[in-house]
Amino acid sequence: MKLLRFIPDHTNFGFMRFRRVSFPFSALASIVAVVAFLMFGMNVGIDFKGGTVVEMQAKADKFDAHSIRETVHKLNLGEVEVQEFGTGRDVLLRVGLQPGGDKAQNEVVVKLRSVFEDKFEFRRVEVVGPRVSEELVQNGIIGVLLALLAILIYLWFRYEWEFAVGATIATMHDLVLTVGFFAITQIQFDQTSIASILTIIGYSVNDTVVVYDRIRELLRKYKKIPISEILDLSMNTTLSRTVITSMTTIIALIALAIFGGEVIRGFCLSMLFGVVIGTYSSIFIAAPILIYLGVRVGEGTASSAAKAETAST
Amino acid sequence: MFRQSTFRTVLIALTLFLGTYFTLPTILGPDSMKKIADVLPSALVPTKSVKLGLDLQGGVHVMLEADKVGLMRDLVRQLQEDVRRVLRTERVAPTGGIVAQQRGVSLRVPDTAQRAKVLPKLQELATPVANAVIGNTGQRSLEVVDLGDGLIQLAVTDAEINERVRRATDQSIEIFRKRIDPDGVKEPSIQRQGLERIVVQVPGAKNSKEITDVLQPGKLEFRMVAEPGAAPNEIETLQYREEEGGGAIQVERRVLVQGEDLTSAEPGFDQRTSEPVVNFRFNVKGAQAFAKVTTENVGKPFAIILDNKVISAPRIISPITQGQGQISGRFTVEAANKLSILLRSGALPASFTLVEERTVGPGLGRDSIAAATVASAVSAGAIAVFTLATYGVLGGIALVALALNVVLIFACMSLIGSTLTLPGIAGIVLTMAVAVDSNVLIYERIREEQMAGRSAISALDAGFTRALATVLDANITGFLAHAILYFVGSGPVKGFAVTTCIGIATTIFTAFTLTRVMVAFWYKTFKPKVVPI
Repeated sequence: MKLLRFIPDHTNFGFMRFRRVSFPFSALASIVAVVAFLMFGMNVGIDFKGGTVVEMQAKADKFDAHSIRETVHKLNLGEVEVQEFGTGRDVLLRVGLQPGGDKAQNEVVVKLRSVFEDKFEFRRVEVVGPRVSEELVQNGIIGVLLALLAILIYLWFRYEWEFAVGATIATMHDLVLTVGFFAITQIQFDQTSIASILTIIGYSVNDTVVVYDRIRELLRKYKKIPISEILDLSMNTTLSRTVITSMTTIIALIALAIFGGEVIRGFCLSMLFGVVIGTYSSIFIAAPILIYLGVRVGEGTASSAAKAETAST
Repeated sequence: MFRQSTFRTVLIALTLFLGTYFTLPTILGPDSMKKIADVLPSALVPTKSVKLGLDLQGGVHVMLEADKVGLMRDLVRQLQEDVRRVLRTERVAPTGGIVAQQRGVSLRVPDTAQRAKVLPKLQELATPVANAVIGNTGQRSLEVVDLGDGLIQLAVTDAEINERVRRATDQSIEIFRKRIDPDGVKEPSIQRQGLERIVVQVPGAKNSKEITDVLQPGKLEFRMVAEPGAAPNEIETLQYREEEGGGAIQVERRVLVQGEDLTSAEPGFDQRTSEPVVNFRFNVKGAQAFAKVTTENVGKPFAIILDNKVISAPRIISPITQGQGQISGRFTVEAANKLSILLRSGALPASFTLVEERTVGPGLGRDSIAAATVASAVSAGAIAVFTLATYGVLGGIALVALALNVVLIFACMSLIGSTLTLPGIAGIVLTMAVAVDSNVLIYERIREEQMAGRSAISALDAGFTRALATVLDANITGFLAHAILYFVGSGPVKGFAVTTCIGIATTIFTAFTLTRVMVAFWYKTFKPKVVPI
C-alpha cells in the first residue's frame, strides 16, 4: 500500500530566511487586527453585555419578518435585532438590556411570549442580567490571563527563559489575530468564544512546544552548528508532524462547523482560524524569534561550564 | 527494550475492562441496566451514566439571587426591636430615639451613669456567629461601639450578614424544591452558588414561567377585618387579589395566626358548593390561637391574606377549635392545587430575583443532538480515512487506541457524573484530533529514527521513548488552559472544559500503553524488516 506523504522526506525549506517575509507579514496582520478591533469592535453577545435572546420557529411554513418587526416595535423594548436564519422558519430576536436592573429583563420574555407564543415555538430563551454579564466579562478576562500565566510558568520551568518568551510572543500574536478575526467576521463574541480562545492558546503553545523540544534536543546534540541551521533543521524535521496534526484538527473542525448546527458554528469557525494561525506562528514566529533572543548564548555558557567541571576533576 | 512487562499488559486489560464497564449505563440506558440488575447482584452493576446537558435535552436553567439588601433591612429592624426592649427593661430613654442605619442602629444616651448601665446590656445582644460547616467562627454578630459624646452605635458584622444570607439561601433551596417538584418526579437540580445565589435546572421544562412562579414569597396571614372606629395606626388597607376582582379592604395590623403554623394544606372541594378549596390544618400552637380568636369573635369577619393580598374575608360562623379549616376564593382546581403547594412549602426567608435564564426547547435540543451525531460521525470517519492513508497498519493501531480513548472519556464522565453538553461533544471531537497527534508524534519519530539508519525494532523503541517527553509537554499546556476554563466558565462551556481535560489525560494514557502494546504485538507477529511508514 502506498502511504500518503504530505511532506517529502529530507525536506529542507529555509524557514529562517523566510522570516524576512513572515515577520513583516505578521506585523502587518497584527496591525490590521488591532485597527479592525478599534474600528468595528466586536459583536459582543448577551453573555457579556446583558440582554435577551429568543430563538423562535414558526409553526406555519413561513413567517412575515416585517410583521415581527412591527409587533416587536409596539412592545417598546428599545432596539431589537430581528434576524432570519436556518430553514426559513427560524428567527432570532436580540433585545438589549432594559433599564431597571435584573427585574426589568424578565419582563421582556413575558411580553414576547404573550405576542408570539401562538404562532411560534420558542426554541431557545436566554436572559442575562446586568450583574451576571459583568461577572462573566471579569471571569473571561481572568481566565485568559491566568491561562497565559500558567503556560508561561510551565514553559519557564521546562525550558530556558528565551523559549518561554518566544512562546509567549507567538501566543500573543495568535491572540491578537484571533481578536481581529472576531472583529472582521463579526462572529458573536460570548462565553464559547473565551473557550475557543483558550483552546487556541493551548493549541498554539502545543505546536510551539513540539518544535522547541526538537530545537533543544538538537542544540545539545550539535554544539558547533550555527543556531540558524539548527532552527531550520528542527523545523524541517518536525514539519511533517505539524502538518499532519493540523490536518486532522482542521478536518475535525470543518466537519463540526458544517454539520454541528447553528449553535456551535461560530465556536468552530473561530477555532479553525486559530488552528491555522497557531500552526503558522509556531513555525514562522516562535522558532525564528529565538535567534533574536540569543538562545545559543545560554546554551554555550552551560556547555563551557560543563567543560570547566570536567577539567577540574 | 521493546518488550512488554506482564504488569503493563494486565494494567491495560484492566483499564479496558473498567472503561467498558463504567460506560455501560451510558450506552444501554437505565432500563436495560435495571434488567441486568435483576439477574446480577446489584452491587456489581454500575448505575451512574453521563447526563445530557440542558442544551441537548431541553429544559430551563435559571439563576436566582437573594435580596441581600432586604435581608439587611430585616436584620436592622430586628436589632431596633432588641435595643428598644433592652432600653425599656433598663428604663433608659435615648434622646432622638433609635436611629436605623444601613448596617445597624445608633442611639444617643447623654447621661454617663445611664450609658454605663445600658452598654453592657447592649453588648449582650452580640452573640457568637455559628457556622454550619466550621462551627463557632469566633466572631460575634454585633459590634457595639461607644463613639463618645453619648453616641452608641451597634453595627451588624460581615460574618453575621454572610451567615444570615447563607442560611436564608439554604432554607430557600428546600422550599424551592418542594414547590418546583412537589411530586418528586422532575429531577430538578437546585444548588447554591456562592453565598446568595441559587441555580435551578429543570430538565424538560418548557417555559421559565413554570419556575419563576415559585419565587412568590408565600407568606400567609390570618387577621381580623377592621371594625368601624378602630384606631388608624392599628389598621391598614389591603387589596384583594386580582382573581377576586380587586378592591380594597381595611384589616387589623395584628396577625392572629401565620402560615408557619400550618402543618398541612391539601386541595379539595367545598362540600356544599363543590368549589375547589384548600383544606389546611394548624399545629398545636396555631390551633389554640385560632380557637381563641374564633371563640371570641363569632359573627365577625376575618381576612386570609397571602403576600399582602386578601384572598377572602369570611365571617366566623362558629368557633373553630379542631385546628382545621378551608380557604375558598373562586379558585380553579389548578389554582387550589398551586396554593396548597405554596402553603405546604412555607414562606421564603428572603425574596429572590432572577438574574440569568437559559431555556432550551425540546425541539432545539433534539436538533442539536442530531447535528452533533452527524458531525461527530463525519469527523471520526474523516480522521480514520486520513490516518489510515497516512500511516497504514500503524494508523489502524492508532485508530483502535482512539476508539478506546473515547470509551475511557465516557467512562470517566460516567464515574464523576458529569454532564455532556453540545460544546462538550465538540471537545470530544477535538480530543480525537489531538489524540491522533500523540500517535503522529510517535510515528514521525519512528520514521526519522529509521531514516537515520536504525533497524525496525530499534526505531520503534526510540520512537516511543523519545516522543514521550514531547507528548507530555505538548499536552500539559493544553490541559492547563482547559482546567482554567473549567473554573471561569459556566454551563455548556464548563462541559467543553471537562471533556477536553479528561480527553487529554486519557490520550496520554492510551498513547503510551495501548498503542505501544499493539505495535509490539504487531512487530512480534510479522517481524518486518522495515517499519512501513
